[in-house]
Amino acid sequence: MNTEKATSWALYIYIAIAFAFIFTPIIWSFIFSFNSDRFPSLPLGSFSLKWYQTILSRPEVLEAAWTSLVVAACSSLLSTFIGFCTAYTDYRYSFLGKQAYLALAMLPPTIPLIIMALAMLSWLAQIGLSGQVVSIIIAHTVLGAPFAMAVIRLRLNDMDPNLEAASWNLGASEWRAMREVVVPFAMPSIIAALCLTAAVSFDEFAVAWFVSGLNKTIPVVILEILQGNVDPQINAIGTFVFVISITLIVVAQVLMLSKGKKEETAQ
Amino acid sequence: MTQSLVVFDKVEKRFADFTAVKPTSFEIAQGEFLAIMGPSGCGKTTTLRMLAGLEAPTGGEIRFEGKVMNDVKPHERDTPMVWQSLALFPFLNARENVEFGLKMRGMEAATRKKKALDWLDRLGIGQFAERNVAKLSGGQRQRVALARALVTEPKILLLDEPLSALDAHLVIRMQSVLTKLQKELGITFVYVTHSQSEAFAMADRVIIMAQGEIAQIGKAKDIYRAPANKFVAEFVGRNNIFEGTVKANTSGSVQVETRLGTFVVPTAAASTARTGDPLSFVVAADLVQVSTKKPAAENVVECQLLSEQFMGTTVTLFLEAADGSEIKVQIGQRELETIDLTHGGRLYASWPSSRAHVLAG
Repeated sequence: MNTEKATSWALYIYIAIAFAFIFTPIIWSFIFSFNSDRFPSLPLGSFSLKWYQTILSRPEVLEAAWTSLVVAACSSLLSTFIGFCTAYTDYRYSFLGKQAYLALAMLPPTIPLIIMALAMLSWLAQIGLSGQVVSIIIAHTVLGAPFAMAVIRLRLNDMDPNLEAASWNLGASEWRAMREVVVPFAMPSIIAALCLTAAVSFDEFAVAWFVSGLNKTIPVVILEILQGNVDPQINAIGTFVFVISITLIVVAQVLMLSKGKKEETAQ
Repeated sequence: MTQSLVVFDKVEKRFADFTAVKPTSFEIAQGEFLAIMGPSGCGKTTTLRMLAGLEAPTGGEIRFEGKVMNDVKPHERDTPMVWQSLALFPFLNARENVEFGLKMRGMEAATRKKKALDWLDRLGIGQFAERNVAKLSGGQRQRVALARALVTEPKILLLDEPLSALDAHLVIRMQSVLTKLQKELGITFVYVTHSQSEAFAMADRVIIMAQGEIAQIGKAKDIYRAPANKFVAEFVGRNNIFEGTVKANTSGSVQVETRLGTFVVPTAAASTARTGDPLSFVVAADLVQVSTKKPAAENVVECQLLSEQFMGTTVTLFLEAADGSEIKVQIGQRELETIDLTHGGRLYASWPSSRAHVLAG
């Protein structure tokens, strides 16, 4: 009993340290984004929103924020669509070379980002699409699709294989069944996938930096500001990016977990 | 003969590596309750799925009201099914589940809602109409599945082991719900099950399938009293099977010599048997009598009592004959009390010749 308690305490402490390790820099940047001092030093100066005011008055930051939002919205829609299609073909069909097909679909995250970025740049340049917003959308769609597929595939694996057949049996054509049964069933995972891929796109720097040209996204602008000098504006932008990303991820997690739990109790 | 609703004409289903259903022909009458029964892998579910269009036959023809159905898509048929897993849509509530078939047929929302509620009421679960199906009990979900399949007023209802997930006491209750519904609606039910008690309790006719073939088709009573072959006799259970050769076939009686002695079987069924032919017959367990004194009957086997199994009002005795073979006797509890039983004690099993049923082949 005592050793059990000790183990569980040890585990709690371990988790606390792990979280601290991950979140301290973020909290640090969060705190300093509201600090009036020019340089990050203790003791803190007074509470101030001036860094937020500064970034909001810089048109290139606002433009980058807009580009980031457009790219995140478009690429999350595209990669979730592709991910859903891949997951559904995996659920529904068995065919020769299916393992290879799935491996190919899962491939992008395993490629080092810098290689991916270079390959994207040279390929998009070849087809005359480099340096545009659409090129970032294409690149982020490629990066996001495997995540979307993984999330949706998990959900479809829980689907009673007779559910679709039951809807045909009740008069639904295959397309109708897709609309009335498969998509509604997968909906929590589809929304989760949208959030997740939007977060992936919103955070992504390396590929965006290579292919964006003049249409910079937020992470690219952050780097450019940093290259000039260390500036508390970075803390303000960083906090903004972090809040959006973590919100998307939390929504995705909650959707994936809550749905599973509800059906578990039903059985 | 009433008109046939469904005709299976040499229907066959081959998969890449095995044949699920060998060329099979039978007819299903309008308004009939037909059960298809057999051990798992016998082809009963494949047969049902072919009827629903979920599997395409690889040979033969399925006709529905005279129309060949082989290439008709599942959603263009009116053959609703109650699934073993129920396959209720988890993201819809009970009423929306029932409405599904009507919605697919383009029925207007208000009308289909009313119809769905009527059906839920009819099956006694009207108060749960707006509840998520995940929050219903097994029996309630079963009724939702039934209502969902029946709401389109089909001519035929397919049921694939629908009661297999229910508790025993619910099974009995749902059986009476089903038979009552079928009588009231007058539509055809095709009921696939591995459970003999379900099939025999509800069906007008029973098909017994084995290894992709029909082993016997007929009324439950006939299958029980007059199994067509050894497979059916064994599958139905509670049968004593005797195998031997014809010793003599005189005008009055046919004598069969087995390892347990010579027995007499009815002449009619074995009239063509010649001396030396192999012949098997069965005697149902409930037609065998036991006594402690040797009776003056034609067919007597001396045995020892091995064990007994109480099943409420009846008891099954397991006896062992001289050669080690088992003889099952089913008698009433009260009758048992009049017999002095001791384990290992000597007993005599006997039956009148007229009770023996000769197996074909």
